[in-house]
Amino acid sequence: MNDTFRAGGAASLDVSIASKDYHSASGRPLRALEDLRLTLPAGKAGAVVGPSGCGKTTLLRLIAGLDKDFVGTIALPEHGRLGMVFQEPRLLPWRSVTDNIRIAAPHASEEDIAALLDELGLAEHATHFPRELSLGLARRVALARALAAKPDLLLLDEPLVSLDAALARDLREMIARLIDERRITTLVVTHDLREAIALGDRLFLLSARPAHVLATLDVSTPRRHLEKEAAEIIEARAREALAKAHVGPPQSKQ
Amino acid sequence: MIRLISLVALLLLWQIGAWLSDPHRLPGPAAVFEKIYEEALSGALFSNLAITLARVVAAFALAMSFGAAIGYVMGRNKIADRLLDPWLVVLLNLPALVVIVLAYVWAGLTEVAAIGAVAVNKLPNAIVVVREGARALDPHLEDMAEVFRFSPAARLKHLVLPQLAPYLAAATRSGLSLVWKIVLVVELLGRSNGVGFEINMAFQLFDMKLLLAYALPFVALMLGVETFLVQPLERHVSRWRRGVSRRLDRI
Ligand SMILES: Nc1ncnc2c1ncn2[C@@H]1O[C@H](COP(=O)(O)OP(=O)(O)OP(=O)(O)O)[C@@H](O)[C@H]1O
Ligand SMILES: [Mg+2]
Repeated sequence: MNDTFRAGGAASLDVSIASKDYHSASGRPLRALEDLRLTLPAGKAGAVVGPSGCGKTTLLRLIAGLDKDFVGTIALPEHGRLGMVFQEPRLLPWRSVTDNIRIAAPHASEEDIAALLDELGLAEHATHFPRELSLGLARRVALARALAAKPDLLLLDEPLVSLDAALARDLREMIARLIDERRITTLVVTHDLREAIALGDRLFLLSARPAHVLATLDVSTPRRHLEKEAAEIIEARAREALAKAHVGPPQSKQ
Repeated sequence: MIRLISLVALLLLWQIGAWLSDPHRLPGPAAVFEKIYEEALSGALFSNLAITLARVVAAFALAMSFGAAIGYVMGRNKIADRLLDPWLVVLLNLPALVVIVLAYVWAGLTEVAAIGAVAVNKLPNAIVVVREGARALDPHLEDMAEVFRFSPAARLKHLVLPQLAPYLAAATRSGLSLVWKIVLVVELLGRSNGVGFEINMAFQLFDMKLLLAYALPFVALMLGVETFLVQPLERHVSRWRRGVSRRLDRI
């Protein structure tokens, strides 16, 4: 019943999932997503916020076409070239940083790759192997790889999770700058509301599992100029929306 | 250093053994080395070594390429695995001698039969090892390759082969020694040249000097292949496991 097709036009990403079940060998199916709908205009960044274990990674896997076992439709941006940063970096341990990036963009020139390395502050690590990198650096390499693919849609799965506060802030600012400059349609998932506000033009607040969208909020101010107070207002609005959906703050259901 | 001491001890033991028994049963090292020199001068040693080595390489290459392909398919595809597993069990338990005799009966005392028989003997082991490797391929990396639309060639080169490398190396190590031992048997039974043939001659003539004069250089040759070819290759493919690049940076 599922269908993934490419669409042009205003709605760049259009997700409408009736249901997604996991079938374990033992017993009844586990419903991960139910009646989940979201749309994202071209060139915008969407941020999906939901409690841990609610089905965020599942949603990204469906959008990326890695799992076709679901009921619903997903329309991707035109051309549908994907870039993805997985929850773990997933670099090839046997290839250097440069090669890891080049592999995702076999037609990119040396200069393009070098420029990308520079832009993400990876130049001095170009010849290192992944096991020599800290998690923060490995994430940046994974981000560089995703950008090298010149994606029409960039998917980021918890890009800041398990980094210390300073590193997380640096990487968050880097991601915000990169997707703003390149105007890549981006969908980032996170369990952290503030992170979502800092990265998304549009927020999608998810319920606990089975996940569906409780509320959609547009963040009108450009992220880079978002003052602390403005962010707080949006956060308050998000919490209000959650309260209206009778789930209270994230993670209270179930 | 310890290896050298151990080697000298072995030579010493051999010499003592030679003194204790009669020279027709166990000739001493000196006599054997003299014989090796003699055979080398006549050129017979080198031509026989070369012929046997060529058979080893051919049979090994055949077994490894078919074994890797079949093992990969069986490791990745459940139906293929179920279908081929009984054949594999039969092959694994078929004595080497039976395969060799059958090959010679069906295909005559030919080079094809000889090399084919050796390859078939090594094949099941290569399949089992590579199947294990194919089962252990990381699905996370496969998802990554899917998202970034790796071409089939890129998948093989960057994803599959590096993950299979330790398994291929293991199959190579165990395979080489197995293959050369079976090649000698095949030569003994149905070829008119090679180290195995010469050893058969030595047996018929009860010439222990000749026997050892062929056996020792061949063992040395295979040791050389292992030390100077297989091990460096293994180190090369697994260099990413150690922090090599960082060390290179400092130089
Ligand atoms: N392959 C699978 N088979 C069975 N169940 C699965 C599978 N993958 C995920 N699940 C289950 O589906 C639910 C959603 O998982 P998912 O990984 O999508 O959540 P998440 O929101 O990304 O979680 P986290 O915050 O931990 O990253 C979880 O209950 C999980 O146990
Ligand atoms: Mg997840």
